[in-house]
Amino acid sequence: MIKIYIYVLFFVPLLFSCKKEAVKDAPKTVTSVKSYSYKELKPMLERQDGKTYVINFWATWCAPCVKELPAFEKLNKEYAAKNVEVILVSLDFPKQVEKRLLPFINKKNLQSKVILLDDVNEDAWIKEIDSAWSGAIPATLIYSSKGRKFYEQSFDYELLETELKTLL
Amino acid sequence: MNFKKTILLLLIAATTAAFSTKLIKGYKVGDTIEDFKLKNIDNEMVSLSDYTDAKGFVIIFTCNKCPYSVANEDRIIALDKKYSPLGFPVIAINPNDPKASRGDSFKDMKVRASEKGFTFPYLFDEGQKVYPKFGATKTPHVYIVSKKTMKVEYIGAIDNSSRNPGKVTEKYVEDVLDALLAGKKPIKTETRAIGCSIKVIK
Repeated sequence: MIKIYIYVLFFVPLLFSCKKEAVKDAPKTVTSVKSYSYKELKPMLERQDGKTYVINFWATWCAPCVKELPAFEKLNKEYAAKNVEVILVSLDFPKQVEKRLLPFINKKNLQSKVILLDDVNEDAWIKEIDSAWSGAIPATLIYSSKGRKFYEQSFDYELLETELKTLL
Repeated sequence: MNFKKTILLLLIAATTAAFSTKLIKGYKVGDTIEDFKLKNIDNEMVSLSDYTDAKGFVIIFTCNKCPYSVANEDRIIALDKKYSPLGFPVIAINPNDPKASRGDSFKDMKVRASEKGFTFPYLFDEGQKVYPKFGATKTPHVYIVSKKTMKVEYIGAIDNSSRNPGKVTEKYVEDVLDALLAGKKPIKTETRAIGCSIKVIK
């Protein structure tokens, strides 16, 4: 019964969205970003589905984050067929989603999945995401069935690819 | 044991030591800090030893532009207003290299401090010599020091909701200061919060 329910949940929206997607060629405008509490985000940081996940913690106001975004976008594109998914976890201020985050996503035409982490209890979740993370951004988590690595640093494409390869 | 083996072992020991010291950067809670001498926005040099009557210090690495710093400015001012008269003044230090962070020059610091009406010194970490000693990694980053032995009592965030002051349920810094003023041991001595990485020219 649950299975059927899941199928329905999955496919019914597809029925509605298929037509739209097929017609549209131009880059679509993103009009919302889903907001997560840490509890909701956590499963995305420990999936065991054979994929390799590159989770980047960033914000539109963080200059080094913005600078390294193209590397993550490129990685997402180049490695999509190799079972790699990039998720950009924004730490923008919840009040500025409409004013800053959405326009930024559209202006840069970001293709990687963008979500917002809005959870006040930073002390708890920063330590839980990685015991060595001081809380500075940019920060990146790469994980797969092969392991889990956390980086409180900036990346260029080359370095990011090198690190990704150690977990492919 | 032959000579070669000894050399090899020494090498291994040296590399391990090098790596492990790399991991332990900066002051930890319980460490004794060194004094510093940095230029304040009024062009006067400031050292902790200037504060003869203080019981300790709330040293906060912060800057002009980082939104997390800006979001905490009013809270920093409130901390100074409340705790400076009680013997724990705020000492703010901007750790960014202005060449790597537009808007963080000494001149910009003066402007920001006067705009916000900072009641505390706002020091420029010229040459970025002080923040690495503390092991600060971001702005804002708070270090509470008690004066008798210049001991680090607390490292971390101001409270548990940096992005939204309306949602604060735990005031870490105030709790530590209240404990110290009451002659008690602070309970929570290390917390974390999101912040902007300290800007360095690479």
